[in-house]
Amino acid sequence: MNIPIYLDNNATTPMDPRVLEAMIPYFTTKFGNAASRNHPFGWVAEEGVDYAREQVAKLIGASEKEIIFTSGATESDNLAIKGVFEMYKEKGNHIITTVTEHKAVLDACKHVEKLGGKVTYLPVKEDGLVDLAVLEAAMTTDTILVSVMYGNNEIGVIQPIKEISAIAHKYGALFMTDAVQAVGKIPVDVNKDGIDLLALSAHKIYGPKGVGALYVRRKGPRVKVTAQMDGGGHERGMRSGTLNVPGIVGLGKACELCGLEMESEAKRLSALRDKLQNALTVLEESYVNGNVEHRLPHVANISFKYVEGEGLMMAMKDLAVSSGSACTSASLEPSYVLKSLGLSDDLAHSSIRFGLGRFTTEEEVDYAIEVTKKSVTHLRELSPLWEMFKEGIDLDSIEWAEH
Amino acid sequence: MAYSDKVIDHYTNPRNVGTLDKSSHKVGTGLVGAPECGDVMRLQIEVGDDNIITDAKFKTFGCGSAIASSSLATEWLKGKTIDDAMKIDNMDIVEELALPPVKIHCSVLAEDAIKAAINDFRVKNGMEAIESEKVHH
Repeated sequence: MNIPIYLDNNATTPMDPRVLEAMIPYFTTKFGNAASRNHPFGWVAEEGVDYAREQVAKLIGASEKEIIFTSGATESDNLAIKGVFEMYKEKGNHIITTVTEHKAVLDACKHVEKLGGKVTYLPVKEDGLVDLAVLEAAMTTDTILVSVMYGNNEIGVIQPIKEISAIAHKYGALFMTDAVQAVGKIPVDVNKDGIDLLALSAHKIYGPKGVGALYVRRKGPRVKVTAQMDGGGHERGMRSGTLNVPGIVGLGKACELCGLEMESEAKRLSALRDKLQNALTVLEESYVNGNVEHRLPHVANISFKYVEGEGLMMAMKDLAVSSGSACTSASLEPSYVLKSLGLSDDLAHSSIRFGLGRFTTEEEVDYAIEVTKKSVTHLRELSPLWEMFKEGIDLDSIEWAEH
Repeated sequence: MAYSDKVIDHYTNPRNVGTLDKSSHKVGTGLVGAPECGDVMRLQIEVGDDNIITDAKFKTFGCGSAIASSSLATEWLKGKTIDDAMKIDNMDIVEELALPPVKIHCSVLAEDAIKAAINDFRVKNGMEAIESEKVHH
């Protein structure tokens, strides 16, 4: 067992050696520009890209013509939201999304607002799921796009995508999903789920960083997005720029492996995650954040009340995890995702996200349990809040000097 | 973000963790910060004859830098008169622990806790509370 243990697979994943192996020739011998149509170097590169396109499409039940390669999911989200707005703004100027989306979606929506668009940021229920009635009530004849993430990066909750897309379509809007955390982890099918646009990323699924894709539906309806990058008209004119052939080949291979191993991996990881969660929630005053039934198999977000997240991570220095604590971000604000579940700031500050992955072993999980328990107990001994709680003092009755 | 060796030392082996009897007239208690802000410090001093601090204890809810700042503060307090202790400046803590700018508020909180503990002791013993000249917030 190698220390430190990596349990932050929602942030990024190590690349699978099989992916690296597939990529290597495309750096050296097969280095051609996939757009070079007039010599074998270009053809070989293009073949690699075409094959990857099929691999990506297959994982999400799409056709290869519907895959646009990008530099990653942030670009895909931007292209989808800004691109749809620019393409369809004559039809309507309203977009609906949720408050728990990734910043790439939220900030792209903010940009659209500056361009004159109207955006509704739907609240979520206490378990992190979208209230379908609230969504339906927000739909208007001007709504051109509904964008709801598939699985949440912080708490792992899986939204009722099929139901959400049905509502969007009922009102004539397109449905887009940031599926970065879900693709490759659980079955995602653009047709069964009614998805018109979908953003995915390679580095979350054991592929390389710097490459992702946007699925853009071609039939029923044929969806178009306005390019956000001007240039040589690559990717059916939707995303100019010389293709990142090794990255794309890696993304394809990563998708293929996920398709083959997802089912058994999901079972293995949810068993390990449940083991971790069950062992840690034995600790007094620990709470699992978000819906536990509709949740990605590898994620557990747990708040250990009366212990501050960053302090806890420092105690658990042999574990690489992340926290919703303010101290981990530059903003000094605790996680907006946890706050939108109605979590109080102190519980948001006390949260730890465990993200298991393909290379996580049971031995590592056992070790993580031991270290976490020990650290929480240690820090509670240091915590004045824990002492007050134990003495039966109501912390809400104290007038805190907010600073 | 990497922590300085001194922060890690105080964090790993915090000095003077504990609780003094806050009902004793010899004990001053300072409780500063707020759970919503992610840090709460409780610092207590026990004051002997000649207004010399004979013991200091802390408990802190917060990040490593907050824990280290309060641990260091208890070390510095012991043996000082309450007048000298009042002169401890947050920047001394910043310097000693090599805190990065984003963690300066931890040292501010420690200074506030020291002053709050001393003033609690002063008021308990019929002295006036000393207003801090600095405005941190």
